[in-house]
Amino acid sequence: MTQQQPKPASIDWLVLTLYCVFVIAGLLCIYASVYSETNPDIYDMDKNYGKQLLWIVVSAFLGLLILLVDEKLFYAFAYGFYGITILMLLATFAIGAEIKGSSSWIRIGSFQIQPAEFAKFGTALALAKYLSGYNIDFKNWKVKAISMAIIALPMAIILLQNETGSALVFASFSLVLYREGLPGWLLVVGVLLAVLGVMALLIKPLYIIIGLAVIAIAFLAMVRRTQLLVFLTIGMVIFASAYVSSIDYVFENVMQAHQRTRINVLLGKEVDLKGAGYNVQQSLIAIGSGGPLGKGFLEGTQNKFRFVPEQSTDFIFCTIGEEFGFLGSFLFISIYMLFLWRLMVMAERQRNKFNRIYGYSLVSILFFHFLINIGMTLGLMPVIGIPLPFFSYGGSALLSFTILLFIFIRLDANRVNELKNFD
Amino acid sequence: MESQIKQKILLGVFIFIAFVYVIRLLTLQIFDESYIRSAQNNVLQEQTIYPARGLLMDRNNDLLVYNDNIYDLFVTPEQVKNLDTNAFCEVIGITKQEFIDRFEKIKRQKGYAIYRPSVFEKQLTMATYARFQEMLFDFQGFDVVVRTDRKYKYKNAAHIMGYIGEVTEKMIENSNGYYRMGDFIGISGVERTYEKELGGVKGVRYVLVDSKSRAQGRYKDGEFDTVAVAGKKINLTIDQKLQELGEQLMQNKIGSVVAIEPSSGEILSMISSPTYDPNLFVGRDRGNHYMELLRDPSKPLFNRPIAAPYPPGSIFKVIMSLIGQQEQVLYPSTAYGCYGGFNSGGLHVGCHAHGSPLPLQGAIAVSCNAYFCHVYRTVVNNPKYRKVEDAYNKLYDHLASFGMGRKLGVDLYGEGTGFVPKATYYDKIYGRNHWQALTTISLGIGQGELGITPLQMANATALVANRGYYITPHIVKSIEGKKNPNPEYNVKHWSTVDTSYFPVVINGMEDVVNHGTAYIAKIPGIAICGKTGTAQNPHGKDHSIFFAFAPKDNPKIAIAVVVENAGFGATWAAPIASLMIEQYLTKKHDTRPYLVERMMKGNLTHKPILNDSTATKTSKH
Repeated sequence: MTQQQPKPASIDWLVLTLYCVFVIAGLLCIYASVYSETNPDIYDMDKNYGKQLLWIVVSAFLGLLILLVDEKLFYAFAYGFYGITILMLLATFAIGAEIKGSSSWIRIGSFQIQPAEFAKFGTALALAKYLSGYNIDFKNWKVKAISMAIIALPMAIILLQNETGSALVFASFSLVLYREGLPGWLLVVGVLLAVLGVMALLIKPLYIIIGLAVIAIAFLAMVRRTQLLVFLTIGMVIFASAYVSSIDYVFENVMQAHQRTRINVLLGKEVDLKGAGYNVQQSLIAIGSGGPLGKGFLEGTQNKFRFVPEQSTDFIFCTIGEEFGFLGSFLFISIYMLFLWRLMVMAERQRNKFNRIYGYSLVSILFFHFLINIGMTLGLMPVIGIPLPFFSYGGSALLSFTILLFIFIRLDANRVNELKNFD
Repeated sequence: MESQIKQKILLGVFIFIAFVYVIRLLTLQIFDESYIRSAQNNVLQEQTIYPARGLLMDRNNDLLVYNDNIYDLFVTPEQVKNLDTNAFCEVIGITKQEFIDRFEKIKRQKGYAIYRPSVFEKQLTMATYARFQEMLFDFQGFDVVVRTDRKYKYKNAAHIMGYIGEVTEKMIENSNGYYRMGDFIGISGVERTYEKELGGVKGVRYVLVDSKSRAQGRYKDGEFDTVAVAGKKINLTIDQKLQELGEQLMQNKIGSVVAIEPSSGEILSMISSPTYDPNLFVGRDRGNHYMELLRDPSKPLFNRPIAAPYPPGSIFKVIMSLIGQQEQVLYPSTAYGCYGGFNSGGLHVGCHAHGSPLPLQGAIAVSCNAYFCHVYRTVVNNPKYRKVEDAYNKLYDHLASFGMGRKLGVDLYGEGTGFVPKATYYDKIYGRNHWQALTTISLGIGQGELGITPLQMANATALVANRGYYITPHIVKSIEGKKNPNPEYNVKHWSTVDTSYFPVVINGMEDVVNHGTAYIAKIPGIAICGKTGTAQNPHGKDHSIFFAFAPKDNPKIAIAVVVENAGFGATWAAPIASLMIEQYLTKKHDTRPYLVERMMKGNLTHKPILNDSTATKTSKH
């Protein structure tokens, strides 16, 4: 065994075990969601779970491959991977197959792959490599701008493909930037802007502007006024007003009808039980009917064929909620949190900046998917179709998450080797 | 140090979100009352409530279209359990193979979902429905939904009312999920243009059913249910009695009639002949009937009054008289001699025998071809304009202000523009600056390339009757008792011809009926102003054309009649118009029974009359 090969002991077995648990549990959930008494054959290749099984085998093979290659490869070819995923994204415009109103798929035989999924690890690698370079100081505004550009490029292309959900995932990289030195107040401002944006959709922008003005006047009345403070406050109110008005404009004039509906349904302004709202209502019934302990595996009635075709992809959590109840759901959330925590600990213990940034990218992406996907099935987030990592049906997603994770496991394994070399 | 704090903050955010989700799960799965019922294996089922389609009435509140119940059999595949297929097939009257095929077909339909009801059999007969109702509980997953289909009280006005049919896949896609397979939608006529008003809004009821598809109650006490909103009642502008008479007069003829109330632009009657019985588009055989009508060489589905362009023939002389005066090249006193027609160089346009020379009013009364060739020549070769092209463009603008060569904006689907050639059209044929009035002289007497739809003819008549303006013709008078909301139907569109030029022309039109070419149309006591047209055309015998309005002062009706390949305007078109004017103004048409009989018996379709009970069995010719 050469020095470059990871020793079995240096692989993080906890993460690897959790990965296996997730993938197998996911397969069972997919099986349950399309299960019917007349056709219980799990190896049926025409069914989702049959295909998923194949994808799991492919993913496992690829994961093993990643564990065996030299970890320097990822560092050396980080920009290369990034370039390839960008090219793949662009290729969809030329040879993309249209599926469900989105042209973000490339068809290979009877399988389709979605380059948007793979763009995540390409971006994570490129960002990690750029920020870990020599003489790179995140305090420099130019560094900030280039980092943002690395993230924004694939995001913009995916937005153009009409895949809002996948594009939003790239927002999770802001957590990485935060960890690497982006000031916290920027994130707070970001969240505040998001809250203002949601308010702009809920109430007339005029009322918000009046409200902001009132708050500003009250604020100025209470503090000791300096000229700077007055100008600053007025400037902020003007900026916020412009922002709120433009949100309203974009919502009314730029967004497409189905996106408006989804947002309206989420905000409770509109109950659309036929479209997006139907899925959410069914989802709530399914989860709600699970009760404390659930109906038992394959005993769920709500999930089967409810959300065609999303029930095995975006709404997979319903199966857990219905068949395993609160206990199962709680367990799932706890294990997922354990998983994230473990990965974060692993990221923090890296000595190499590249490894750490990559690790945080992974954690951020996984968290963002969890946040949106589970929130959506619980009716707390808009119905933007992004999968639940390792659980949802879908080859591209599973492959992409596997690659993302295993690269990090490989990087981490080498850290242990490095450590031993120092000893 | 800072990064450690940041790590803690991030971890804190993660745990906070997880905590929120756990709380949400707690409420959903353990505390929320409304999901307790759902915990009994209930399934949310969506039931559509179909609204009644709006009724159609004529201007006098005479009911034209109403609704009739039909029974459609729906299947929710997921809920079909323990079905006795043999018994089921027997009740419905299909074989087992058909049953299997039917299911295969349903599965391929757009919007198919195993949990959603799909149409299994459309429009069950009453007998089948009754038998099915008795056995409903044996056939789990099947359900009969009551919908309404159209029923037409009269066989008239088929083209105006139009028909409804099932939505196509394309419409379903475009409707953003509102329409479902098997829904009805207006395909033509008023049913199409006023689909939004007539169609109403479908309602939805969400019901929880158990795994044996027994209803367990409403979902969340009907919080998400929507009520069906019935379609609105629409009053058409047509007069059913007038429409009926017109269609009888036009039977066995090919052509159109359009009658308009000049002061309002309301279409009193609009006939497209041959027509068809609107009830053919009702019921299970609507598709077959549609194909039959589509294949009929006389094109009964073609809406001639609004779409078919005809050369207007001599009625165009009325328009030219007005434009000539406006262009200051024609005065009431202007007289031209007629020597058996118009002669200029080698060009000859024939005319019939009449007194000569005549001033304007007399020339209209006898419809002198030579006179109006001169008028056209002076208009187009007007030295006031630098080029012939400019003079011609001016003429084109005048005609456009009469509503010719463009869509008027009637509220019916399929309106045509007609055709008035532009200067560029002649440039293409003759070359730029290589044509002038004499090259295009036939336009002056309403021949040549000119194509005017009957609706445009009637509209021009209304304009003359109004002494200078028209209101866009429309077919819907009121919706739910409120005037047609389209503001366009209230606007006076003034023509480019001054009101002062109309009286002499109208006097000429009066002479046409009193002692001119359309003497046959005269009705004692009613001052009718009209003009005949006998339009040459490449399809055979001349078209018989007449347009008129009455009474002369304060006109109540303007009408245009076109009978294809029927000969002189005075032979067919004028009597038909006269009878319809009489009917509308006096509410009866029995003063001239000989005329009524001749018109109704006239068969100009050049084919033997088949067993049509409404038509006379013997042909006159």
